[in-house]
Amino acid sequence: MAFRLKLVPDNTNIDFFRWQWITFGASMAAMVVSVILIFTMGLNFGIDFKGGTTIRTESPTAFEVGDYRDALNDLGFSDLAITEVFDPSFGQDRHVAMIRIGTTDETGSVSADQLNQIEAALHEVDPQITFASVESVGPKVSGELIKTAFYAVGAACLGIMAYIWLRFEWQFSIGCVVSLIHDVLLTVGLFSLFQLKFDLTTIAALLTTLGFSCNDTVVVFDRLRENLMKYKTRPLIELMNLTTNETLSRTVMTAVTTGIALTAMLIFGGDVIRDFVIAMLFGVVVGCYSTIYVAKNIVLWLGVKRDWSKKDPKLAASPFENAERP
Amino acid sequence: MLQIDRWKRILIVGLCVLGIGFAVPNLFYQRVESHNDAVAEIERTGVETPELAAARDGWPSWLPSSVVALGLDLRGGAHLLGEVRVAEVYKARMDALWPELRRALADERATLGAIRRLPSPEGTLKIEIENADQIARATEIVRGFSTPVTTLTGAGQQSLAIQVQGNTITIQLSDAEKAVTDDRTVQQSVEIIRRRVDEVGTREPTIVRQGADRILIQVPGIGSAEELKALIGTTAKLTFNSVVGTGTNPDARPGVGQVVLPAADQEGIYYTLEESPVVTGEELTNAVPGTDPNGQPAVDFSFNPTGARKFGAYTAANIGQPFAIVLDDQVISAPVIRSAIPGGTGQISGSMDYEEANQLAVLLRAGALPAQLDFLEERTIGPELGQDSIDAGRLSSVIATAAVVAYMIASYGLFGAFASISVILNVILILSIMSMMGATLTLPGIAGIVLTVGTAVDANVIIYERIREELRAGKRVAKAISDGFDEAMSAIIDANVTSFIAAAVMFFLGSGPVKGFAVTLTIGLVTSVFTAIFLTRLMIIWWLEWRKPKELIL
Repeated sequence: MAFRLKLVPDNTNIDFFRWQWITFGASMAAMVVSVILIFTMGLNFGIDFKGGTTIRTESPTAFEVGDYRDALNDLGFSDLAITEVFDPSFGQDRHVAMIRIGTTDETGSVSADQLNQIEAALHEVDPQITFASVESVGPKVSGELIKTAFYAVGAACLGIMAYIWLRFEWQFSIGCVVSLIHDVLLTVGLFSLFQLKFDLTTIAALLTTLGFSCNDTVVVFDRLRENLMKYKTRPLIELMNLTTNETLSRTVMTAVTTGIALTAMLIFGGDVIRDFVIAMLFGVVVGCYSTIYVAKNIVLWLGVKRDWSKKDPKLAASPFENAERP
Repeated sequence: MLQIDRWKRILIVGLCVLGIGFAVPNLFYQRVESHNDAVAEIERTGVETPELAAARDGWPSWLPSSVVALGLDLRGGAHLLGEVRVAEVYKARMDALWPELRRALADERATLGAIRRLPSPEGTLKIEIENADQIARATEIVRGFSTPVTTLTGAGQQSLAIQVQGNTITIQLSDAEKAVTDDRTVQQSVEIIRRRVDEVGTREPTIVRQGADRILIQVPGIGSAEELKALIGTTAKLTFNSVVGTGTNPDARPGVGQVVLPAADQEGIYYTLEESPVVTGEELTNAVPGTDPNGQPAVDFSFNPTGARKFGAYTAANIGQPFAIVLDDQVISAPVIRSAIPGGTGQISGSMDYEEANQLAVLLRAGALPAQLDFLEERTIGPELGQDSIDAGRLSSVIATAAVVAYMIASYGLFGAFASISVILNVILILSIMSMMGATLTLPGIAGIVLTVGTAVDANVIIYERIREELRAGKRVAKAISDGFDEAMSAIIDANVTSFIAAAVMFFLGSGPVKGFAVTLTIGLVTSVFTAIFLTRLMIIWWLEWRKPKELIL
C-alpha cells in the first residue's frame, strides 16, 4: 500500500460537543478578553487611521534609536516614535528604522519644510542614511478611512449572512456570523495584545479571514444539510458530530495548506508585509477553530427545521390532504 | 460526469496554453517593458533611433507583450491625494459677476440711487442700493444674470440664489449651480494635472477623480511626493496687469478695482496693480525655457491672435510705463515697456535657475488649475524598497508553492500531483489574466497569490475527501470519482461565493494596495475553481482512460 500522509485518521468519531461548555466558553471568554484588551490597551493604529507621517530609513551602518531621537527632538515634534526594524533577510549591513510623527496639520499631511528638516537632521547623524519610503496621511482622510473600514467589515458580514440565509436557513447564517464576529474580535484582540500595526491592510486581512472562515463553515453546513436529509430521525447533535467527523480531514487539510503558504510568506515575505500575514495566519487558525466549536453550537441552540423534503408546514395546504396520499 | 466532449477538452487545454502564453512576458519583465516603451515612443515621435529599435527588437512583436502593472509599493514612486478647493471658484465667479452687475445697475442709477458692494463672506456678493423702495427693480436686474441650470436630477433651478433684505441683495451660486461648478472644476483640474504630468513624461501615471472633490495621483518612478507636489500643487495662474504704483507697505490701501501684491524675488516690495488683467495665461499658445539678454534663464512665450492683439495695443499705448507679470498672486517681474510688442511674443525673466524656468514653462503650457489643491495624503516609496518587496514576494511564492505541492503529494499521491499541477497553473493563470486586464499587482496582492496557493487546493481537497468516502463505501473507482466530483460541487460553489463577497467588499470600499489585493484574490477564486473542477478532472479522466484502474488508493 502506498504511503499516505494523513493528519486525520479515517473514520474518526470524536464527540465535539462533549466539552462544549469549555470550548464554547473559552471562545466567549476570549471574545470578552479581546474587547477588554481593545478598550484598555487600545490599538496601535497606523497612519492610515490616525494621521501622521512615517519615514522608513535605511543605512549600512548600525545606529542607536536614541541618536535619531536626539536629532529629531530639537525639531519639536510632540508625538514622535522611532523603532528599529529587524528582519532575517537584512544581513549585517542593513539597518532599518521606522520613524512615526504625529499629525501636525488640520487637514493636510506633513509640510515639505518639516520633511526637509527631518531628513537634514537625520543626515547629520548618519550621512549614509537613505529614505526608503515616506508616507503621510492627513487627519481628514484618516477619519474617513477608519469609518470606511468599519463599513467594510460590516458589509462583508451582512453580505455573507444574506448569502447563507438564501442558500441554507436563517439559523445557519446566524451561526456563521457569530463565528465571524468571534474571528474578527480575536484577531483584533491579538493586534491589541502585541500592539501590532493596525492599518488598512489589516482590514484587508480581516476581510480575507472572514471569507476563509466562512468558506470553512459553509463546507460543514453543506454536509450537515445533506446529512439532515439522509438521516431524518437522528438527533441534531449526533448529526453534527457525524458531519464534523466526516469533514474533519478536509478542514484540517485546507487549514494546513493555507497555513503552509502563509508561513512561507511570514518567514520570507519581508518585514513590510509581516503584520498583514500575521493577521491572516491567525485568522485562519481561529477561523478553523470557530468552524468546529462556535458556528455549530449556535445552530444547535437555535435548532433547525428537520424535514427538508416536505414543504414548510405553514405553507402546505391542509394536513388531511397529506394523509390521504398513499 | 466522467465523459468530457472532445471540444470541451480542447477548450480546457486551449485556455491553459493561452494562459501560459500570456503569462510568459512577465518572465522577461524588463525586456518586454522596454519593448513596449520603445514601440510607444516610436509611434509618438515617428523617429526611430537605433537604441529604440534595439529595445523594440528585444522582444518579438508577434508574441503577447502585456505585463502585469506593478503597484507603487512594488515599483516605487509617489502617491498623492488632493482635495480641490472648489469654493475658490465660487468666489471667482462672484468677483467676476460684480463688474458686470455694477454696470447694469449703474444704467438705472437715476431710480436706484447709489450702488455699492458691501463686505460679505467669500463666495457671496452683497450689494446695497440707496433707494430701498426700488429694491424690486434691482432684484429684477440681478435676476437677469441668473440662468437656468440643467442637471440630471432637477430642471428649472436657477444658477443664482438671491436674498433680499431691506435695501441689500445677497447673491451666491445656487446649490444646483454649485454642484455643476464643482463637477466642472474637478474635471478641469484632473485634465490639467494630467497634462502637466504627461509633460514630464513619466510612465503610466494614474490620475483619477475620487468622490466629489478629490483627485488621486499616482506617478511611478518619480523621486518623491514633494517633486510631484511642486509640479501639480502650483495653480500657475498667469496674468499681465498694469502697474499703478510701487511701495513697501503690504497694507497699502488700494483704490477700487486694484490690488496690492508682493514681488516674488525682492522682499519688502509691493506693487499696486489694476485687478483686471490685460491678458491672461489662458491666451498663451506656447511657453519654452530660454535665456534673457544677460544670459540668465527665462521663459519665452507666445500669445494666440486675440492675446497678441490685446498685448500689442496695450504696449503701444503705454510706452514708458511698467507692467506686471503676475503668477499665482506674486509679481514675478515688472518691466518697463520700451516699445510696442506687436508680434505676440515675450519673455518672463526674473531670478530663476534653469530648472525653475523649465518647470514654469511646463506649467504655463499645461494651463492654470481652476482652484488650489490641498494634499490630504502623500506617499513616496523608493524603488529599492519596491524591488526588495518583489524579491521577497517571489521567494516566498516559490517556497509556498513547493511546500504545498510536497504536502499534497504526500497526502494524495498521484492525485496530489494532479492537484499540484492545477495549483501551479492557477498561479500562471492569475498572472496572465492580470496582464491582459492591465490589473495592478501590489505587495498585498502578492500575499493574495500566496494565499491562493494555499486555498486553491481546497476545492481539490473537498473533491478528494469525497472520493475517499465513496471508495470506502465500496463503490467502483470510476463511480467513486464521478460521484465525488458531483457531490462536492455545491460545497465548492458555496465556499467560493462567500470568499467572493468578502473580496467584492474590499474592492468597492478599499483603495490602492487593498484594492489590488481584492483584484488578485477575486481572479484567484475564479481561476482556482476552473483549475480544480475542469483541469484536475480532465487529468484524472486521462489517467482513468489510460490505466483503467481496478482499484484506487487515495
